[in-house]
Amino acid sequence: MKPAPFTYHRPLSIDEAARILSDVAEHDGRIIAGGQSLAPMMAFRVARPHHLVDINEIAALDVLTIEDAALRIGARVRHARFIPGAIAGPTGELFAKVMPNIANYSVRSRGTFCGSLAHADPASEWCALATLLDAEIIAHSVRGERRIDVRDYFDGAMSTTLAPDEIVIEARMPVLREGTRTGFYEFSRRKGDFAIAMAIVAFSVENGRITSPRVSIGGAEPYPRRIHEAEAALDGAAPDAAAFAAAADAAAAAVDPMEDAMTDAAYRRDIVRAATRRGLEQAMQ
Amino acid sequence: MNAKPQGVIGQSVQRLEDRPLIIGKGMFVGDISFAHQLHMRIVRSTSAHGLIKRIDAQAARALPGVHAVWTAQDIPEIGPIDFREGKIEKLEPYRQPVLAIDRVRYVGEPVAAIFASDAYIAEDAADLVEIEIEDLPVIMDARAATGDFAPGLSSEAAIITQGFGDTASVFATAYAVVEIDVTVGRHSGVPLETRGAIGRYDAARDVLELHGAAKVPHKNKETLARLFGRPAAALHLFETHVGGGFGVRGEIYPEDILVLAAALRFGGAVKWIEDRREHLMAANQSREQHHKTRAAVDEKGTLLAIENEFWHDQGAYPRTHAMRVAETTCGILPGPYRVGAYKALGHYRLTNKTPAATYRAPGRYETNFVRERLLDAIAAKLKISRIDVRKQNLISSDEMPYARPLCVLEDDVSYDSGDYVGLLDKSLKAIKWDELQGELAERRKRGELVGVGLATFVEKSGLGPTDGAHVCVDTTGAIEVITGGASVGQGFETVMAQVCAEALGVDYRNIRVVHGRTDRIDFGIGAHASRATVMTANAVHAAALIVREKALSFAAELLQSDAAMLDIIEGRVIRRGESEGPSITLGEIANHLRPAAKLRRGREPGLSADGWFDTDHQVYPYGNQIAVVSIDRETCAVNVEQYVIAYDIGRAINPVLVRGQILGGFAQGLGGALYEEFLYDERGEPLSVTFVDYLMPTANEVPNVEVIIAEDAPSPRNPLGIKGAGESGIAAVGAAIASAVDDALSSPGAVTQLPITPQRLKKIMNRLGRA
Repeated sequence: MKPAPFTYHRPLSIDEAARILSDVAEHDGRIIAGGQSLAPMMAFRVARPHHLVDINEIAALDVLTIEDAALRIGARVRHARFIPGAIAGPTGELFAKVMPNIANYSVRSRGTFCGSLAHADPASEWCALATLLDAEIIAHSVRGERRIDVRDYFDGAMSTTLAPDEIVIEARMPVLREGTRTGFYEFSRRKGDFAIAMAIVAFSVENGRITSPRVSIGGAEPYPRRIHEAEAALDGAAPDAAAFAAAADAAAAAVDPMEDAMTDAAYRRDIVRAATRRGLEQAMQ
Repeated sequence: MNAKPQGVIGQSVQRLEDRPLIIGKGMFVGDISFAHQLHMRIVRSTSAHGLIKRIDAQAARALPGVHAVWTAQDIPEIGPIDFREGKIEKLEPYRQPVLAIDRVRYVGEPVAAIFASDAYIAEDAADLVEIEIEDLPVIMDARAATGDFAPGLSSEAAIITQGFGDTASVFATAYAVVEIDVTVGRHSGVPLETRGAIGRYDAARDVLELHGAAKVPHKNKETLARLFGRPAAALHLFETHVGGGFGVRGEIYPEDILVLAAALRFGGAVKWIEDRREHLMAANQSREQHHKTRAAVDEKGTLLAIENEFWHDQGAYPRTHAMRVAETTCGILPGPYRVGAYKALGHYRLTNKTPAATYRAPGRYETNFVRERLLDAIAAKLKISRIDVRKQNLISSDEMPYARPLCVLEDDVSYDSGDYVGLLDKSLKAIKWDELQGELAERRKRGELVGVGLATFVEKSGLGPTDGAHVCVDTTGAIEVITGGASVGQGFETVMAQVCAEALGVDYRNIRVVHGRTDRIDFGIGAHASRATVMTANAVHAAALIVREKALSFAAELLQSDAAMLDIIEGRVIRRGESEGPSITLGEIANHLRPAAKLRRGREPGLSADGWFDTDHQVYPYGNQIAVVSIDRETCAVNVEQYVIAYDIGRAINPVLVRGQILGGFAQGLGGALYEEFLYDERGEPLSVTFVDYLMPTANEVPNVEVIIAEDAPSPRNPLGIKGAGESGIAAVGAAIASAVDDALSSPGAVTQLPITPQRLKKIMNRLGRA
């Protein structure tokens, strides 16, 4: 449980970080922010970066604000920042609903939102939320800045389309309209564990009908995605048990669940169904 | 003989142990260091079974900072690891070598040892050791066909039988026969502090030391002295603070022997601290058994006979406990019930998993599950209540002591005392059993899956035959109690001090309790099998009474009074009922008993004494556990809504500490019932080597528990009436929750396997059409 040897860098600006990473990327250089996933992987020697580029000294990465109806989250923003009231409107409410489900208190006070996106664990709540909100990932390198649509960002379980020399410096996402209803449900065997599956939902109700429905499912497949079949089942329907059950069934049918030693596809599919329906019900409370 | 009722015994006084722990000055094994120590790292097998073709440690040896790399051929003088209780002929060839010789038998088996100047370099070097292994077929199920442990040695290392009466004829004529087929999953003690060992050779005194000992320092000293061919006075074990024992800490493992061998050879100190991944693949695992059990009953559900065949998954090697868990399984399975005839047959099978041994309530967690499943099955078959079937069969208090021709820990089973039915009634009252039935029925009508389950059990504790202690009053009046006991965090010092304080008439806070040091006392039983309070406290009590007697007899002379008229209050000898009269402190008496003191006049020097406690039999506490659970119909997660544990331990020295033992044990039992399991894939690769995969219940998962500590049946087998308290909390959690889950599903016998994971429960519910 001692990491393999590595060289530690602590740049003071984004440009300096990009320059260092550019130099060390081919020697498995890695960015570290909260280190809540990377450090344990290094302790197990599953990850053996020869260089660690620590971005915790870069104050410019602290941004957490709404600008032009888009939420900007810098790479130094910890999970624990998303307490109720930290962000205005239904987007903030949703973030505050999701946040306490991430791991445990110490992880939440160190780990970062952008770090979760970079790590891309299938069961990352933030990845599912970024997916729901059609986020853009801002990747920075010596070659400049690149904006990646979340739909083009994930590449598999714990795999993204980031180049080895790119740093996720920020995530941006359009905020939800006032009045949007949101819900979140995940199931894990213990509180704070990687979820077996989760659903994050958002929709509005106009004249008794659901509009702009969004359903994002995480944990079930190698990376989260919006389930258009479930959204279609909701769109224009009355927000009632029948519509929610139909959406839940649609989500369960649409996913291609991962399997592991404990959990077969059928069980995970059942959890997707339950999570979707419960997330939708929560949105109506 | 009995201590006075108003004393410090029975009070929930504060722990003497807490101060250093609270202010961060505890000394755990990781806190111990010696100058110029080397750090050891073990290179472990990545194959579950195979022949070692080649080990190349050249690159590791060449790494700067590496002092040595050992494989089996570097330590030919060190034999395999002995059994704690001595030679067992038929298991001798199965003992684990300290480093694998020619063949590996589980993933995690030590193959090589690195010694380096720091722990990082040691781990870097371990990465550089190349091991080539030719894989052999694995056995991953103890019920599967046996194979060869080695040429000519079957993987069925032993068959164990116990029993009495002619079960066959009873079954042939019984009113009904009930059969179950159940499995207990592999789980084990996972203490917050992992194992660790520091070997140190003190050349100036020619003493070999092992720091980081736990549980059974004196027994381990005997074994290690024999292994290293050293006189008893030239090898000593030193306990540190211990962050949880639970049976797995403190046994002799390969790593303990390696640090000692290296300390001897290199002439210094060698430190090894286990990491969590290692703990989850190298420390003793436990529990995994498959039982096919049947009962013959009459029309009222009376147990006429039980036959139990089981397969005990020992993992790759017997460990220091040899066959203890399987033997205990045979001996304790009938539990608190009368049984006319009984036959147990255990297959002690080696598989290609981490070796197994004892974990808190060994053989009882398993058999309580099996037996209580059987009782529930009888109730269901005969359509009588789960309470009635138990009451029908519970041994009654007027049958005590109740002996039966079975054996547990080489001790003939003889229950000492108990009112089993009385305690069950108390528990049922606590949970309001009758009202609860109505509430649950109401909730079920509304579509909820809710149920209640119960388990009754008898524990064993206080294994003899003997323990001793030394009590010494110094000239300031401070008292030292020297024991051969051990503390694994349970409050040992406080309890010993309370017993000594009451017998002697002093403040318990004025007492220091020594434990876990083989250089201070020649004999000791350590801390295991819920023995410490029964055995060591009674020895302390005996020693303290002798010191009291010495003090009073000398004080009688000094105060010119009759000893019978004197009492000791807060360390001062006074005339009974005369707080103002002449008095003398224990410190002053000790001063007069100095070897050179004038007034001593031929009396034995020192105000001190050895005391011993001998016993013929163990003592048997008993209890009940009742669970109320609800099941999420969709996720199939089990939520424990209410839990009652009632336990009669004869006499509680410190009720808060007893309660702590019960609650801590319960959390572990809940783990085995719902969460924790060591899983392996079909090639023998362990799948539960991190806390992501091995799920310990946390504060979020552990519900409140109502604890009832009963003192209705003090043990007649010791002066203090004590029975052990360490293992009841865990002992029947699997049994009670399984019964409650059945009830929630309105389907007796639904649960046949622990842990009851949501994934497994989903399959059961699908089968029953309840999902």
